[in-house]
Amino acid sequence: MSEVKFVDFVAKKNDLQDQAKPLQVVNGKGEIVNQEVFDKYSDEDLVKFMKLMVWERTLHQRSNALTRQGRLGFYAPTEGQEASEMGSQLAFKPSDFMLPAYRDIPQLIQHGLPIWKAFLWSRGHVLGNDYTDENVQALSPQIIIGAQYIETAGVALGIKKNKTEDTVAFTYTGDGGTSQGDFYEGINFAGAFQVPAVFFIQNNGYAISVPRRVQTAAVTLAQKGMAAGIPYVQVDGMDFLAVYETAKAAREYAAAGNGPVLIETLTFRFGPHTNAGDDPKRYRTPEEEQPWFDNDPLIRYRKLLTDKGLWSEDIENAYVDEVKEEIKDAVKKADEAPKQKISEFLENVFEVPTPEIAEQIKAFKAKEAK
Amino acid sequence: MATMSYIQAITDALRTQLKNDDKTLVFGEDVGKNGGVFRATDGLQAEFGEDRVFDTPLAESGIIGLSTGLALQGFRPIPEIQFFGFVFEAMDQIAGQLSRTRYRTNGTVNVPVTIRSPFGGGTHTPEMHADSLEAMVASVPGLRVVTPSNPYDAKGLLISAIKNNDPVVFLENLKLYRSMKADVPEGEYEVPLDKANVVREGTDLTIIAYSAEVNESLKVAEKLEKEGKSVEVVDLRSLAPIDFETIVKSAEKTHRVLVVQEAQRLAGVASKVVSEISERAILSLDAPIGRVSAPDTIYPFGLAEDDWLPNAEDIEAKAREILEFN
Repeated sequence: MSEVKFVDFVAKKNDLQDQAKPLQVVNGKGEIVNQEVFDKYSDEDLVKFMKLMVWERTLHQRSNALTRQGRLGFYAPTEGQEASEMGSQLAFKPSDFMLPAYRDIPQLIQHGLPIWKAFLWSRGHVLGNDYTDENVQALSPQIIIGAQYIETAGVALGIKKNKTEDTVAFTYTGDGGTSQGDFYEGINFAGAFQVPAVFFIQNNGYAISVPRRVQTAAVTLAQKGMAAGIPYVQVDGMDFLAVYETAKAAREYAAAGNGPVLIETLTFRFGPHTNAGDDPKRYRTPEEEQPWFDNDPLIRYRKLLTDKGLWSEDIENAYVDEVKEEIKDAVKKADEAPKQKISEFLENVFEVPTPEIAEQIKAFKAKEAK
Repeated sequence: MATMSYIQAITDALRTQLKNDDKTLVFGEDVGKNGGVFRATDGLQAEFGEDRVFDTPLAESGIIGLSTGLALQGFRPIPEIQFFGFVFEAMDQIAGQLSRTRYRTNGTVNVPVTIRSPFGGGTHTPEMHADSLEAMVASVPGLRVVTPSNPYDAKGLLISAIKNNDPVVFLENLKLYRSMKADVPEGEYEVPLDKANVVREGTDLTIIAYSAEVNESLKVAEKLEKEGKSVEVVDLRSLAPIDFETIVKSAEKTHRVLVVQEAQRLAGVASKVVSEISERAILSLDAPIGRVSAPDTIYPFGLAEDDWLPNAEDIEAKAREILEFN
């Protein structure tokens, strides 16, 4: 008599190895692999996309230099993630609510935050978080990994309850962030309440020094959406068109009242985790890095656009100069920000100060008047 | 006026504010159709609908994160944490997010969230249900912490908390839920936040207490009165901020002070009360300030509660010691 297996865990484990194939429009060699999607976009669109990536790369290079000069404070490099960050953000409207994490400054700027305020945030100045003048629909960058996910579920539920039409909440975390409880709670709440939210995982291979494989045995991070019962997809995060097309579809799906979506972008950060002393040489090998450097989203789109006669070194250099000017002005404006006062911090703790706070405001005002 | 239990007063406050402000939302685990594990939200979903009063998945961090997000969209969330012992699950969302939102946005964003949660011993609950963890939230800048000791305050303080534009942690004492009744006005009224209440006037000793220990302290005051000792009892009501003006005034009047809490000696807010009175009124004191609190162990196993929890007997002994100090 043969042994009847009630449940075959070996087979179940093998099933898990089913590889997701990341969505792609333009491959690493700059070849079009999905002509149908590619043809949806005009030459002007392609130039716009290229410019966005060059803009982010320039912002990164300048931020990096400014950090070394001590003219910026906290900075989490974005080089390599241009397609993932610009391609996703572009899919959203200014009225959509963004909940960025600390590496998502480029998206936040594109979403409406002036560069000088982003620089103030980096330096540690409260005005960097004051979005009222520009009416930026966003919360300031989140440092606690995962917190932005569950808050996104709340914002999206608010949008749904307010019956605000054609509006969604969107948020980002990294590969390491998918291990947090709040990551799961966030997508699960969003699923249970069927709210208009788009969740991005920017999988850049490492959480500081810890490689993605240490985070989870899951074959993709996108498939974690299954645990929440929400649609999920993995996309080539070095491919602007693939990210943009996917994000746009996700936004449309969520805005139409269908519930949330989880998107994993496969990307790579070319530099350190932050500029606060992290050195990738300690945990990454050049052999491992090189294929990703070759996979630079700017290289593949630069080639594609140049072949089409839409882009050249001169065009790029002229644009980079333009962006550098913009950044120079932003630094100047950030330098002009007033010195922060502890009495004003105290005034911001509560709408109506408690007696204890009122005492301290008085004391600090006297000290500041000296 | 109506006669209400502590928990009926809470339900009435929620009903009142659900009616008066259509941006208020009540949610948490089992608060909807079930009406809450203690019936605090009984009938509210039937009256106001599932859009205003609703159940959530079982995840405390998610519940408070949801509140922050809803507040960002203009709502006035009133989430419930089923037992305050479960607050650890939500500490980042409370102390790392909610409490900081106004501050980190340069005072431009309101998060008018009132977190309701029961706590307190004496009813033989299982582990992590009764712990007094008020000091954990009372030491976080940006949070108000309120705990009523009677039905009248419960309703008025809860309405004030809900109407306040900053986050408030509203701690309800399990033992008080059904053990006392009192006259409570109909409709909306407020008991001010940030204010202590002299619940009994006296001249020989001030007992400062909060939540269930206020009632234990009142028992002692009545007993000592029969011996000609006049005891003033101050109900803190607000644990963050603490109303120093009222407690210092009382200390200056009676010259002798005892602070009572259900929490362990290393926890609670008693040590803060003692240090503030020391700083502000030491020259008025005729005796060292005393404290009654629980032993510094983990909260007791149910059968040991009666031996562990500070009660009227403990308060009386310490009160006599302070009164007799020369």
